[in-house]
Amino acid sequence: MTKTYFEVLRSGINTTYQDSGRNSLYHIGIPFSGAMDKRNLLISNKLVGNKQTSAVIEFALQGPLLRLNNSKANFVITGDVNFNIIRKNSIIEKGNCYQSYVLEDSDQLDIISTNRSVYGYLSIQGGYKIDSFWNSYSVNTKAKIGPNNGEKFTNNQKIFLNDIKESFHKKKINYLNSKIEFIRVIKGTNYDYFSEKAKKIFLSEEFKVSKLSDRMGMRLEGSKLENIVDTNIRSEGLIKGVIQVPADGNPIVMLSDHGTIGGYPKIAVVISADYDKIVQLPPGTKVKFKLIDLKEAENLYKLYRFETENILNQIQ
Amino acid sequence: MIKNITNLGDAALYCDFGEEVNKEINKKVINFFKNIQKIKLKGITNISPSYNKLIISFDLSETNFQILKEKILNIKIEDIQNEQFENIKIPICFDEEFALDIKRLCSSFNISEKEIIKKFLEKKYYCYMTGFIAGMPFLGDTDEKLRFKRLETPRVKVPMGAIGVTEQFCNIYTFESPGGWNIIGNTPQKVFNKSNANDPALIKPGDTINFFKISKKEYLNWND
Repeated sequence: MTKTYFEVLRSGINTTYQDSGRNSLYHIGIPFSGAMDKRNLLISNKLVGNKQTSAVIEFALQGPLLRLNNSKANFVITGDVNFNIIRKNSIIEKGNCYQSYVLEDSDQLDIISTNRSVYGYLSIQGGYKIDSFWNSYSVNTKAKIGPNNGEKFTNNQKIFLNDIKESFHKKKINYLNSKIEFIRVIKGTNYDYFSEKAKKIFLSEEFKVSKLSDRMGMRLEGSKLENIVDTNIRSEGLIKGVIQVPADGNPIVMLSDHGTIGGYPKIAVVISADYDKIVQLPPGTKVKFKLIDLKEAENLYKLYRFETENILNQIQ
Repeated sequence: MIKNITNLGDAALYCDFGEEVNKEINKKVINFFKNIQKIKLKGITNISPSYNKLIISFDLSETNFQILKEKILNIKIEDIQNEQFENIKIPICFDEEFALDIKRLCSSFNISEKEIIKKFLEKKYYCYMTGFIAGMPFLGDTDEKLRFKRLETPRVKVPMGAIGVTEQFCNIYTFESPGGWNIIGNTPQKVFNKSNANDPALIKPGDTINFFKISKKEYLNWND
């Protein structure tokens, strides 16, 4: 039997396999990784009937152009993404996110770009034919860990799909990614290293997302945050969502592929409920922070989980 | 021995063991780390030991700060036996091609190349932590005469295998990476090896390291 595969005609900017992340290795320098936007990962897997832990293809800004070979496949795209299906007879069908489609042999999927967001997800019913590494399908390009030799996709390579026995199920939901007014944060462990003026700036002014942002971190530009104690701390562990401020006064938000140790003061930490939202802010957009306490953050996370469950339960 | 536990965000405990950096405090951190690793408390996703702090990350859908803090405070900590730690010998080549900063250090700090090498090789180093990039060991303490500040402008690319010194520490760049340490040599020894899946990091917190000098020729033939 001939194997079903996608041929990568254009790889896109940063297209990788991801899943729900890799645990328990921070102490040797391996970050969590995983899909940046967890909710969209879960929805995409559910819409093609895959397990929550299945691997997806994550793309950033410009996505890949893929041609299916040898068989059919049922796929879905989640996020806020502009994509077309180019049928074998050259008819172009405009695609909608959160709705599954069947590709025929030799059809192409052209993931043109994300709209006012960064990350999108492509799930295939039955999943990709790949092996996990250290209990995860997430690619960490820094340490070259995970499937595809720990690398991004490149042009002309093949992406093999698992054979499936069951028939294709067409599924769809109506879902709009929530737009944000604020990113909510909790005080960081070095909050008091910053001057009163710096704290006020941090919690009232807008910061612009810099072009120098990727899966490791998001650099922000705005009024400089003045440090009145020390611009370095003894190096210590980091987690995703930590906002560090180096000597130049510009905050950096640690994202899923962050270095596991850092020596800059931590002014704040993004709450877990808002992580999916901050990662989706494209370069050039503005962001404002709002300080809340731990109890509120925990309640907001319960709400976030409840909403996620509700969305997933709509998919039958 | 933990002085204070606070929250780092809503999904991590920040355990503070004090302000100083020395082996005694770090050994307490590592001991605590190994104990927590062993008992596998519900919800813990990652534990990051460093010089004098321990960060415990957890899944907020399985537990929360208050619950986990109480559990952590009630753990009975057992001493970890010394045989869990190894002494590892690491080759270093000081050839011009690898010793990117040695000439500058010589002229700025009025020290000879020979003296830098001698002082560097004399010491037995202790691994305080690993991380930043996969498997990178933070080793100390270096000789008083080898304590230099970081580069003012960090390099965009420090080559893989580079050995750097800064303040009281030295480290090994396990991958090509940006970095600001003063590079004095390079090792052909693979310090992080993912094909060794159960034990990819050669050097772990608590281990001790001795460096020995090799020639350029030995360097080039090392992995044959």
